Amino acid sequence: MNEQIICKNVALGYEDGIVTEGLNFTVSKGDYLCILGENGSGKSTLIKALLGLRPQLSGDITWGSSSRKIGYLPQQTPVQRDFPASVREIVQSGCLSKTGFRPFYNKEEKERAIRCMKRLNIEDLAGRCYRELSGGQQQRVLLARALCATEEMLLLDEPVTGLDPRAQADLYELIAKLNKEGITIIMVSHDVAALSYASHILHIAKKQLFFGKKDDYLNSRTGKAFLETEASENE
Amino acid sequence: MNNDILSTLQYYFTYPFVRYALIVGLLIALCSSLLGVTLVLKRFSFIGDGLSHVAFGAMAVAAVAGITEKMYIIMPVTVGSAILLLRTGQNTKIKGDAAVAMISVGALAIGYMLMNLFPSSSNISADVCSTLFGSTSILTLKKSDVIVCIIFSIIVILAFLLFYNKIFAVTFDETFSKATGIKTDGYNLLIAIITALIIVLAMNLVGSLLISALIIFPALSAMRLFKSFRSVIICSAIISVWCAGVGIIVSILASTPVGSTIVLADIIMFLIFWVISLFTGRAKA
Repeated sequence: MNEQIICKNVALGYEDGIVTEGLNFTVSKGDYLCILGENGSGKSTLIKALLGLRPQLSGDITWGSSSRKIGYLPQQTPVQRDFPASVREIVQSGCLSKTGFRPFYNKEEKERAIRCMKRLNIEDLAGRCYRELSGGQQQRVLLARALCATEEMLLLDEPVTGLDPRAQADLYELIAKLNKEGITIIMVSHDVAALSYASHILHIAKKQLFFGKKDDYLNSRTGKAFLETEASENE
Repeated sequence: MNNDILSTLQYYFTYPFVRYALIVGLLIALCSSLLGVTLVLKRFSFIGDGLSHVAFGAMAVAAVAGITEKMYIIMPVTVGSAILLLRTGQNTKIKGDAAVAMISVGALAIGYMLMNLFPSSSNISADVCSTLFGSTSILTLKKSDVIVCIIFSIIVILAFLLFYNKIFAVTFDETFSKATGIKTDGYNLLIAIITALIIVLAMNLVGSLLISALIIFPALSAMRLFKSFRSVIICSAIISVWCAGVGIIVSILASTPVGSTIVLADIIMFLIFWVISLFTGRAKA
């Protein structure tokens, strides 16, 4: 039982129309899935569906393990950039779903937060204020929070947006390291650099264009077309 | 000189209504500052303003209808509006700030219109003035009002302490919280209800025009200097209680309007914090 998510013939959208349809893909333990697509191709709708925030219009999304366990790294909102909160407070809030009706964190959850911070090399930032950190550090904090929620699977939404090239590379390395440690990664991106770490690719537009192993994608027509347009845009 | 002030104060504090005013004032200041940080960070600074005008409108309706216990009308109407405003903020066609502005001025106009069409006392402008600026009503509190205020304050403070971590998570990142299984809608509802409770309570203290000041000034002052959510909340509570206390005492000694004096104290405090933040270099444009 290695499959963690199985999507069969899924269509996503809103009341007034379908955004994307014909999604068929599987995510297995230890995979590094990169979801590619233009703006408006349904990436963010797919994220919402995977997080359980919006039900699919049709088709089945089956979860392999007992329950939906997914840590989420969202895109930053303007509210967060000037939010007065310490790194520790933010990372701990990842444990919140475990507290239930208990009003405060117990020892185990606090230790878990420290463990997650150590894993991402940010334990020395614990007392610092979030809004004073660099973009790359902020992403690590949010990643640590996601790790607090679960260590099975992380869903990252355009994680390197707004970072300088050095910080982008660092973050990609860090994510790859987590993946090697056994955490399944699903990353939404339109960045070619993300491809080099991925094991699987899902390319969507209004419908699914490609799903499969990365090497197959690079040899496919869709993949070649994507790489060419990206390369010409970067020139 | 000092003895003069002390003895004047002592003299005033022999009157129960002065003691009531101080108790109620401090409690309301504490409650409003707790929620203020969340509301400011969620970009809902103006919700206090909007809701207080709704409460004003509801009070006018209650007065016209000749209902003596106005709370029975004001409380449910204000809580209802708070729920509407905070919950539908993201998905409605009319965006959050516009909806707040619309309901705010709408309720104000209707309330004033009703008070003019069906005057309940001979001096309408004094009535309106005291509701808008809370000039006298805090000094006319009965013992039962004080008890109601204490009960509601305890509810607000307890709710805030019990759900502190959840309120933090929902304020910082609603999507993440929802994705990890926190019932964010429920907590937003809780925040809306508590906000409405505080506003109805605070109407007596500073009047419906100045409530926003109680909610936003202590929070903004604290956010100038402090770096963690917890310290911001604690600092904002201390500032708010201190300013309310000073404001009430000064207003008694100098015979100034209670509400404006408290707000003035809050403004001065904000300026002090702002200047300090300039020197410590933590202020961000």
